Amino acid sequence: MIQQQAGALLKVRNLTKRFGDGCPQCLEGLGTGNDAEEGPLHHNYCPICGTVHALRDISLDLWPGEILGIVGESGSGKSTLMRCLYFDQEATEGEFFLDPFDGGKANVLKVSAQARRAIRHTLLGMVYQNPVMGLRMNYSAVANIAEKLIAAGSRNVGTMTARASELLDQVNIPLRRMGESPSRFSGGMQQRVQIAKALSNRPPLLLLDEITTGLDLSVQAKVLDLVRQLQADLGIGMLVVSHDLGVIRMLADRTLVMLNGRVVESGLTDQILEDPQDPYTQDLVHSLL
Amino acid sequence: MNHTTHFAFFDEGSKREIRRAILKAVAIPGYQVPFASREMPIARGWGTGGLQLTLSLVGLNDTLKVIDQGADDSVNAVSIKALVGASTGIAMTDQTSQATLIQSRHRIPEVPLTENQILVLQVPMPEPLRPIEASEQVTKRLHAEKEYSGAYLSLFEDILRYGTMAAGADHPVMVEGRYVMAPSPIPRFDNPKLDKNPALILLGAGREKKIYAVPPYTQVKSLDFEDHPFRVEDFGGAHCSLCGTQGVFLDELYDPTTGRTWHQCNDTSFCGRNAP
Repeated sequence: MIQQQAGALLKVRNLTKRFGDGCPQCLEGLGTGNDAEEGPLHHNYCPICGTVHALRDISLDLWPGEILGIVGESGSGKSTLMRCLYFDQEATEGEFFLDPFDGGKANVLKVSAQARRAIRHTLLGMVYQNPVMGLRMNYSAVANIAEKLIAAGSRNVGTMTARASELLDQVNIPLRRMGESPSRFSGGMQQRVQIAKALSNRPPLLLLDEITTGLDLSVQAKVLDLVRQLQADLGIGMLVVSHDLGVIRMLADRTLVMLNGRVVESGLTDQILEDPQDPYTQDLVHSLL
Repeated sequence: MNHTTHFAFFDEGSKREIRRAILKAVAIPGYQVPFASREMPIARGWGTGGLQLTLSLVGLNDTLKVIDQGADDSVNAVSIKALVGASTGIAMTDQTSQATLIQSRHRIPEVPLTENQILVLQVPMPEPLRPIEASEQVTKRLHAEKEYSGAYLSLFEDILRYGTMAAGADHPVMVEGRYVMAPSPIPRFDNPKLDKNPALILLGAGREKKIYAVPPYTQVKSLDFEDHPFRVEDFGGAHCSLCGTQGVFLDELYDPTTGRTWHQCNDTSFCGRNAP
């Protein structure tokens, strides 16, 4: 389905995440077709051995400056995919290549923990659905951004403060509130601080996990505007996870549809929304209000 | 001399276990070695970590000095000396230069230590990353991966809020370029004394069940930033009102009726030595 191509910013091949050891029945019944009823699995759960197959054989490519959308219902494995790519969770199997790291030759799932941490701090930025995951709520907004700069090796308070102020200004956090902690910010502001933090080391790849969920409509629009503007200005590649097709339609050039830990459909966003092929995608698109 | 208890209070098995932890700590400077912290006749948090180190190290030829916040004669120091004295019969001293073993709460003596001395520091909070990470599993991993941005983050936040690195004590240090270590709540003034010190420095946390060490002549560097270098406390040229010494760690005293303030050496045995 996806060809191995040179020049992709991010290449993921056969990424698998299992919670549990698996048994012969569920391990062999996998990946045989597009039928959700395949094998012994109940959705992504094996009733025989109790293993949860959170990600099954995920492959994807992301090009520099491209926004790739990932849609799917709750529990389909979207967030697990993001966490595996940000090394919050360890993938069970598979390969993950990043072009800026070793020219995209090394499987970064297999490099040392220190190297993974360096990749996480310099090449990746993550925005979590829940700001509590991505921010230290009792440290100031400036310090939250500085944390990522410190992690990447900066030891100069002056330059870090200047960079943090510049970023917070870019995401429209007023200057007078930069010294406050995110615990005193609204949800939308917290999300924008997370974006500023993710951008701090000018990463070529941003991972955005349900960044507008739980925000009211006008704030959603502001955050989405910001994301589009950043892509236009900085040319950052982004992986955008959402269960909201409106968000995907607005942001993503191409889209993957996930169900029960697998990619059931992929293609241009317009094509998927206008002419869905997979029964699940058809359901999803038709249930759009 | 007849003892009603075992020599140095502990049974030999306990001493051996603690010494084994000490050897490991010396082999990996700054690394926190877990050990089976014993129940002691004083409460945890009152120096049990230091006391266990002292009791496992003390021999018949040792001379012990115990300091509590710079003072040799405060209750805690006196009680610890009474326990070690009663269970070993060894000599006690107030003079730093005469001691072979020095147990201290939150000070490094003003008199420079020598190769023949061991300094034991009592530690309430051995984990320098604990304020930013509650999980021991995670902090162990952070140490393993030498990921210390959290330690710098606390200092950064201090500078933002107060304009300077405000930690009055326990300012974190990098040991031999590898492990970030809590030096125990010694004032910043004492941090430079840890660097390349000829004496063996052992740190014990009884409640947290950790032992760690700075072996003789180990490089110890206080964490800081390029544009905010580490600084010790500044006493603005004040001197001790009793012995007149400058350039030592001073306590500020205050008379509420007259409003007068004056300074005095914090290290009481050092101060006495210089008295006119």
